[in-house]
Amino acid sequence: MKTLFKNARLIDPVALSQDMGALLVEDGKITATYPDVPDIEVAEVVDCDGKCLAPGIIDIGVKVSEPGERHKESFRSAGRAAAAGGVTTIVTRPDTLPAIDTPEILEFVERRAQQDAPVHVLPMAALTKGRDGREMTEIGFLQDAGAVAFSDADRVISDTKVFARALTYARSLDALVVGHVQEPGLSTGAAVTSGKFASLRGLPGVSAMAERMALDRDISLLEMTGAKYHVDQITTARALPTLERAKRNGLDVTAGIGVHHLTLNELDVADYRTFFKLKPPLRSEDDRMAVVQALADGQIDIISSMHTPQDEESKRLPYQEAASGAVGLETLLPAALRLVHEGHIDLPRLFRALSLNPARRLGLEAGRLLDGSTADLILFDPDKPFVMDRTKLLSKSKNTPFDGARLEGKVLGTWVSGKKVFG
Amino acid sequence: MSFRAKHLLGIEHLAPDEISTLLDLADQYANKPTDVRHRSVLAGMTQINMFFENSTRTQASFELAGKRLGADVMNMAMQASSIKKGETLIDTALTLNAMHPDLLIMRHPHSGAVDLLAQKVNAAVLNAGDGLHEHPTQALLDALTIRRAKGRLHRLSVAICGDVAHSRVARSNIILLGKMENRVRLIAPPTLMPAGINEFGCEVFDNMEEGLQDVDVVMMLRLQKERMDGGFIPSEREYFHRYGLDAAKLAFAKPDAIVMHPGPMNRGVEIDGTIADDINRSVIQTQVEMGVAVRMAAMDLLAQNLRAARKTDVMA
Repeated sequence: MKTLFKNARLIDPVALSQDMGALLVEDGKITATYPDVPDIEVAEVVDCDGKCLAPGIIDIGVKVSEPGERHKESFRSAGRAAAAGGVTTIVTRPDTLPAIDTPEILEFVERRAQQDAPVHVLPMAALTKGRDGREMTEIGFLQDAGAVAFSDADRVISDTKVFARALTYARSLDALVVGHVQEPGLSTGAAVTSGKFASLRGLPGVSAMAERMALDRDISLLEMTGAKYHVDQITTARALPTLERAKRNGLDVTAGIGVHHLTLNELDVADYRTFFKLKPPLRSEDDRMAVVQALADGQIDIISSMHTPQDEESKRLPYQEAASGAVGLETLLPAALRLVHEGHIDLPRLFRALSLNPARRLGLEAGRLLDGSTADLILFDPDKPFVMDRTKLLSKSKNTPFDGARLEGKVLGTWVSGKKVFG
Repeated sequence: MSFRAKHLLGIEHLAPDEISTLLDLADQYANKPTDVRHRSVLAGMTQINMFFENSTRTQASFELAGKRLGADVMNMAMQASSIKKGETLIDTALTLNAMHPDLLIMRHPHSGAVDLLAQKVNAAVLNAGDGLHEHPTQALLDALTIRRAKGRLHRLSVAICGDVAHSRVARSNIILLGKMENRVRLIAPPTLMPAGINEFGCEVFDNMEEGLQDVDVVMMLRLQKERMDGGFIPSEREYFHRYGLDAAKLAFAKPDAIVMHPGPMNRGVEIDGTIADDINRSVIQTQVEMGVAVRMAAMDLLAQNLRAARKTDVMA
């Protein structure tokens, strides 16, 4: 079966172009692109009406709360939220209850995802058992069972010897390790980034330097072990030179950032608004501008939503006691488009970070508009304004910091392997 | 009336004219603290004191202030109560709200807990100290004490000395004294200074002799040992040697400088006992006295605003 998307602004993160054209999908694959409407027989025509057609977003680090906390987010709700947000592949985190640290739990997750989620679900598995930082998981078996990367999510393996061995072992299997960088001693108990705002609010803070200290350690370990490594979030200016040096030295390292750290700063917490409590905490405006620049330069490779569902009860607490994290599957694109509207980055480069780079990092035939890649596509209007209403989110949890915010950008349609799942 | 606030959550939200209004009224209460005519001010109103942290002085001060104004005062033993049974702060607040209190006085170990309470209840909320955030009535009573001793509350040089990092009293005082256009000097070992202190608009010193030079007011802070994770200072005796207020260090301040302490004092740790007891320099007992007056004034003004708001509600 052939579907032709015509009159589309084709957002091509490989050629870094955004020209008008048409795109042909055949049996779930992209088979051709054309500058004009081609004269061919097709079963279905989608008139894009001049709107943007881009490769679907690949979101690394999504928390689906199965197993353990299905009331916060299930594969069905996360999958529907993803489709509505233009996310065609979610790469799930292993910080569930229990942690995804055995092939048996991984199979459960894959089965649930298969049944309920309309988008691709690729699971990550824990790097250490129970995410306790003591013994490595069965990386080989887990990889055979479909784990695409290994991570202890927001926990740092503080025993450097354990981490070094896990990296060495992962290297032998060419497995990707996803790290989280926060020097554990300094960051204990912190709720915000230390500085004037933290002091005025009387909240325990962590120095922005804690990120660089942990990154320095991890980069040194990569030099030792040669492992394949992605750091989930780089959020501070001070960590950037370390990252740049590591890349220049040819280490196999990439870096990500959550969309909230690109679009919000510590002052947004204002009078203890717990929906802005994230891990790592929001940073200063100087840091935000530095990471936005690093993203535009390609120094930071990947944007993700860091989707972390939390129920109302865990957020309706004094700031220090409240849970961290925000949902983001449905706000990832409109929030990221703020960077486009503010002139920091153009659309093809944005989709390089949202789609192409994550696909490359995970070795997927997706994230691009080239012949032969999977037809994961989104059609969106980047300029459509709306006021975010959290009660309308499809996620079971509604903890978004963008509630009431004016955003621009609406997903009009989402296709996964050529099949329409939203719009 | 130039006092517009619905709640007293922090000094940060008060304008200078609101601070002056409150202090003027407190002055009147201080002059005649036990006048029986005050008893009609909060007559028929219910005041609930919710202290989630141990406090003898502040709780007693609020209780006395409420009783002198004729309020029905209730003390909830929050330490032992439903919190231990897993009830959340908001549920506790809603339960209390259903009892229709007019004034809720809260102290809580977490910064911002009082803001959270204020969002959920109809009563006027007074912050009696939240975490490391603010302790507004302490700053106001300090301001009244200074104003009565010095005859003014502007263009003074005030030194705040000691554990600034862990002190909500220091934060509220820094904000209040800044709003009233005073010079604030902070003196502490760098480990007891909060992060970002250089952006506060204060002068920062780690040496007592330099910091106390020619100040009008010396405000000592309690060294909050119970808040220490360990390792902020080498020892109590080294701390007293370098940062404890004694006659030699006080000699660097102006000859008529006053000495203040929010209490309870650790004699021989942050302040020498003879200085604390020197009636010519120490105004520590006056502070306690002003505390009741300031709390009477704060509750009086908030109750007036509460009555006005209820009247508008009825008319609407």
